[in-house]
Amino acid sequence: MNNDNFKDTRRARGLGIAFLVFAALMLILFLPGTTGKQQTTFAFDLELSRALPIGNLTFSTQGMLYLLAVLAVFLGAWQLAKGFKQADLILGVVVTLFVLAFLTWAARDRSVNMTGMLQATLLRAVPITLAALSGVMCERCAVINIGIEGMMLIGAFTSALVGSIGKSMWVGLIAALLAGGLMGALLAVLAIRYKVNQIIAGTAINILATGLTSYFSSRYLQVIHELNRPPTFSPLPLPVLSRIPILGPVLFTNTVPVYLMLILVLVIHVVLFYTRWGLRTRAVGEHPKAADTLGVDVIKTRYINVILGGMIAGLGGAYLVLSSVARFDENMTAGRGFIGLAAMIFGKWNPIGSLGASLIFGFADSLRTNLAILRVPIPSQFLLMAPYLVTMIVLAGVVGRAIAPAADGEPYEKQ
Amino acid sequence: MSEENSTPKTTKDKKPARRFRERWRALLTPLMAIVTALILGAVVIVVTDTSVYEAFEEGFGVGLGRAVEVIATAYGAFFSGAFGNPGRMVNGLRIWIQTGDGRAWTQSLYPITETLRYATPLIFAGLAVALGFRGGLFNIGAEGQYFIAGLTTVFVGYALTGVPWFIHAPLALLAGILGGAVWGVIPGYLKAKTGAHEVINTIMLNYISFRFAEYMLDVGGPMARGDGRPVSPLVQPSARLAQFFPSNADIRFNIGFILALLAAVFVYWLLFKTTIGYEIRTVGQNPRAAKYAGMSVSRTIVLTMALSGGLAGLAASTDILGVIGFMPNAFSSGYGFDAIALALLGNSHPFGVVLASLLFGALQAGARNMQGVARVPLDLTDILQGLIIIFIAAPAIIRALYRIRTAESGEEVVMTRGWGQM
Repeated sequence: MNNDNFKDTRRARGLGIAFLVFAALMLILFLPGTTGKQQTTFAFDLELSRALPIGNLTFSTQGMLYLLAVLAVFLGAWQLAKGFKQADLILGVVVTLFVLAFLTWAARDRSVNMTGMLQATLLRAVPITLAALSGVMCERCAVINIGIEGMMLIGAFTSALVGSIGKSMWVGLIAALLAGGLMGALLAVLAIRYKVNQIIAGTAINILATGLTSYFSSRYLQVIHELNRPPTFSPLPLPVLSRIPILGPVLFTNTVPVYLMLILVLVIHVVLFYTRWGLRTRAVGEHPKAADTLGVDVIKTRYINVILGGMIAGLGGAYLVLSSVARFDENMTAGRGFIGLAAMIFGKWNPIGSLGASLIFGFADSLRTNLAILRVPIPSQFLLMAPYLVTMIVLAGVVGRAIAPAADGEPYEKQ
Repeated sequence: MSEENSTPKTTKDKKPARRFRERWRALLTPLMAIVTALILGAVVIVVTDTSVYEAFEEGFGVGLGRAVEVIATAYGAFFSGAFGNPGRMVNGLRIWIQTGDGRAWTQSLYPITETLRYATPLIFAGLAVALGFRGGLFNIGAEGQYFIAGLTTVFVGYALTGVPWFIHAPLALLAGILGGAVWGVIPGYLKAKTGAHEVINTIMLNYISFRFAEYMLDVGGPMARGDGRPVSPLVQPSARLAQFFPSNADIRFNIGFILALLAAVFVYWLLFKTTIGYEIRTVGQNPRAAKYAGMSVSRTIVLTMALSGGLAGLAASTDILGVIGFMPNAFSSGYGFDAIALALLGNSHPFGVVLASLLFGALQAGARNMQGVARVPLDLTDILQGLIIIFIAAPAIIRALYRIRTAESGEEVVMTRGWGQM
């Protein structure tokens, strides 16, 4: 107990110092390249948006940098002196301040559209979040799912093919859910019935999915183009809500899969932590033997959760096709399943934590396009590395050990 | 769990005939797994071939004949692409003996050398992941370690001049080992000191290494060739690995393969014959017990990741010094994920990894020929690989399918325990 207390104080102090380091970095990294006369503009209105216009925000670049640094110093000092109760949240705030400082510097003498950036961040985070949610569903009942990437690929392929044949994005979406569920069932059968090492099973699913989708794509989709032209979802602005400045365009003017993702995060969170089903799932993940003794059907719980996890991954794949590019390309998931896995661990196996972590990666992804517009003088590759570096630093320094469900990865044998 | 109670039996106190039968049975299952995957692959080939459908319209017999023909062409090309054409080999040998001209003979060996060449980096990468598994670490970062090692190897390879080959080539290889090891030590150290999960960190480091390599090799970048192409300069001839058939430019089979076999022997020796290996395996099985036994868990984790990264680095070094000769930008190898499959297929045993890599190498070489000759998409290899992994990992499916009796359960390796908590 004492040891824990000691660790907690050490961690609290570490966080405080980290905040101060962030403040110092803002000034060291961004101040030298600026002059006192430079101004930065943050724009908030998007063209063709239904949101009420609120105009631009123009301010002195150096003034803003000092302001942000002072805020971070204040938070760091407070953390060192008194300590915040929700230090992780404050860490998020400080990282946000740092990102704002970066944008202030990058957009000096120019303008950056904050609403557009947030919108891009959310959209890029959608497949990653869905991948992470798929992982949460499986791992909360102790089945490791490394095959998310493959399940997403299958979902993407199916949605493109079936959507094109059925000439409807809804048909494509449902087909992707079914195909993802089927892949989930494959993982479930291998992991639960045959007690295959779950990492092997997931890896096999990834390789098999890559092969199947690429093979059939080069045999059919690339030859007959009509088979790879699914109709797509267009943004569906919600009445009234979409007129709110910033929030309207970012949250309430989206396509159906995006809304589905946001709803899923909330639903899975509520189900997992506030319902009997969730309690049972978590019990199966932490201590299957005890759950079994109390009458929970361990095997059935795992089957259902893993199949649902597969369907969520399938949705993630369908999003890539039906909400953005409108066609299937080989290996189009491009590692998002694995990033989602990282987001899940980073988010400590929680749906909302996973969303938070996915947003960080989504922001990283959206920087790619925005940096080109801003013409930042640093090689873009280094800036694109930054989010991954920050993740590593945050993980090492402050978040600490992530605790997986206790029985994660272990097959269950009924005695 | 329940198996632990049954009395362990050693193979030594059994009659030779029974031992042979058991060995045969142990071999039969993976063999049938490969055969079953090939059968399913044949189904995929036939089902996706339009000429078969057209033939079936003419009559059932015609259709069936056409289906058999399609499979025969595809798999004929596959096997001759992976292992070569025996008739051509014999013929080549005859010409060589009669006239002293060995060109036809070496050319007939091309397919089998391709298989071995493809297997070489796979062995290194598979060993890297297998070693990690033994130490309870899941190294998804072989891909990133490959990239960094590629940069360090190619730098030593082209920047160093006027050095004899017996110094230059080893130095370039060493640079690759070091580059990969450093990239492996980072997540190892972070895991040991802070508990940060190596799976996230290796994934993050993969992306960082992609960007870094892109920066270094991009047009105008520090390591770009300078002729407007995003590739590194050519490696000096003194750093190139010796070729087995220097007279034939098609054959790129080099001593990298021997190095890979040596690496497998080294990993075997290290894991099972040394104290370090014992510590690695103990930490992998039960870190708490290792700690109470007085081993330094942190040190072992860092060491395991360094070795793992170094091995993954050698995959890049042998590819560059033995085959490609330079480092292209965006040379995604896919070895990182193949390596996971190989380590799992080989049951994390060095020699198992070698066998699995030879199998994957043959699949690669065969599928390339199949694509060229029979126009079956290359991606069939991935389908076959995925199926083989499933069938080997779930032998119950194969046993039920062919009614093979269960072999007595041997020693099971604990490869990964969930996310490896400590």
